[in-house]
Amino acid sequence: MNQPVAVTPATPFVLPILSLAQREVVRFARQRTRVIGALIQPILFWILFGAGLRGSFKAPDWATAGMTYQEYFFPGVAVMILMFTAIFSTISIIEDRKEGFLQGVLVSPVPRSSIVLGKLLGGTILAVLQAVLFLLLGPLLKIVGLAPDFDTGVTLAGFIPLLLFLFLLGFSLTALGYLIAWPMESTQGFHAIMSVFLMPMWLLSGSFFPAGDSGWLSWIIRANPLTYGVTGLRRLLSAGPALPSAPGNPSLVVCLTVTAAVCIIYVSIAIWMTRQRATRNAR
Amino acid sequence: MLSNTLPQESQAVSRIRVSDISHRYGERLALNHLSFDVRPAEIFGLLGPNGGGKTTLFRLLSTLLPLQSGNATIAGLDLATQAREIRTLIGVTFQSPSLDGKLTVWENLKHQAHLYGISGGQLRERIAAVLQHLGLTDRKQDLAESLSGGLKRRVEIAKGLLHSPQVLLLDEPSTGLDPGARHDLWKYLKQLQREQGVTILITTHLMEEAEHCDRLGILHQGELISLGTPDELRASVGGDCLTIQAEHPETLLRQITENFGVTPQQVNHSLRLEHPRGHEFLKALIDAFPEQVTSVSLGKPTLEDVFIHETGHQFWQAEEVE
Repeated sequence: MNQPVAVTPATPFVLPILSLAQREVVRFARQRTRVIGALIQPILFWILFGAGLRGSFKAPDWATAGMTYQEYFFPGVAVMILMFTAIFSTISIIEDRKEGFLQGVLVSPVPRSSIVLGKLLGGTILAVLQAVLFLLLGPLLKIVGLAPDFDTGVTLAGFIPLLLFLFLLGFSLTALGYLIAWPMESTQGFHAIMSVFLMPMWLLSGSFFPAGDSGWLSWIIRANPLTYGVTGLRRLLSAGPALPSAPGNPSLVVCLTVTAAVCIIYVSIAIWMTRQRATRNAR
Repeated sequence: MLSNTLPQESQAVSRIRVSDISHRYGERLALNHLSFDVRPAEIFGLLGPNGGGKTTLFRLLSTLLPLQSGNATIAGLDLATQAREIRTLIGVTFQSPSLDGKLTVWENLKHQAHLYGISGGQLRERIAAVLQHLGLTDRKQDLAESLSGGLKRRVEIAKGLLHSPQVLLLDEPSTGLDPGARHDLWKYLKQLQREQGVTILITTHLMEEAEHCDRLGILHQGELISLGTPDELRASVGGDCLTIQAEHPETLLRQITENFGVTPQQVNHSLRLEHPRGHEFLKALIDAFPEQVTSVSLGKPTLEDVFIHETGHQFWQAEEVE
């Protein structure tokens, strides 16, 4: 104690990212209701909407023959799980600021980019874990008759690309959550944004219904960056020959490019915002 | 040659230099042209009522708030442009909590150490050392949210000490600490000062705590109203202090002014007076107004007297006014 300990001269970059990400995961695991909420609700949606809309669903032209609604909806539910988990884990920024943890992080020498990346990495890990859980376990519901018998296309060889894409999309959605949460003063405000912006964004991404040729609606769907995430996931999940490219059903390369570009934009803005010293960060 | 030696010299005289800092929250002026220096290995106290601007200054120096006007250096580094370098040197303990309640004491300290690039064996060593110094070793597996207020404060202080900072900034560190823990904290701070040459800036609204500081600045409504060692400040009041209670203080005030040619300060329902030979004045006062005076107390000036002397009102009253 009497010997002064030399602090590592170079400012640490990776260590704080991993440390802050680990904290997110530990906190999540200690709050059981969050684990249940983010996973169970989308699965219920999948079962109930799947059963309810089975009769009225008209498969899009590019779909494989005999595609049921529940099969169409499958990637959409995975994206919903990603979105819910990603976004709820960024709500913790508001709590961190209120409870004061954030000010301790902000006065440390950690680069602001590390703070952002640590938060995003933690949220993404949680989101991807839950989405993978759903993709593997969801189809097993057919045993009890709650899901149709269909081939999810998840193979051992295809699992790594799938995981990487889920990670990219999860990172992008967590960054979007960060952008919304950072300027917010209260969690109530976040819930308002959730219902007027994030839910519609998900509904209009081809998750819930295909773009088809529904005029102005199909243009909104094509302009929505999340459409490219949902479609990319759908392509990685489809068994057999690749689904044809069509309006509202872009190719995998396009999906990847758009999702990655949007992710970089979100993350850059998040880092820029975090660099500003502001009164509201102090408690 | 001269230009090379100058910065080092100025650094030797002041570890923290605040020059002409003002800060506004919207319309409200929280700090008004503040300037002072903190010397190396000094314990410098900022004393003042809540709302006097202490916390604002603290937030500026801890790099949390942007400087609006004026400038400041810590260890010769510019607060406006070299925030990251400053952050590695300073240890910060906030008045408001900064713990993660869902994590244990040990986990809180572990993440804190990671933020300063400390890991592995060094991390375990440092955590064990601060836990021991703050008497927290047997609490390390407790969730932070389950701790009492005083124990939480100690973990906060431990966080700020973890990376052996050269400059410590402590905002009201002893809030919620019982007298025993407060005594231990001061013992430890003085040990850090003596053995490692740590410079400490501490804010407080407690007079008895201010007595421990090498030098004090009294902050009131955003202005530094006096600066010096506790002894110098008391000496500035001059002589003895008399506090006179009366049923009709206004009448008595007028009478004292007429009879003795000195005007006491009225503070609530009592009158306050400084006099070079207090005991003589006391006798004369009682002889002159045996009926009006209900009680008189005579004493050497305290830091509270310094505050009243400079501002004209009592310490706790100033808090309510803010």
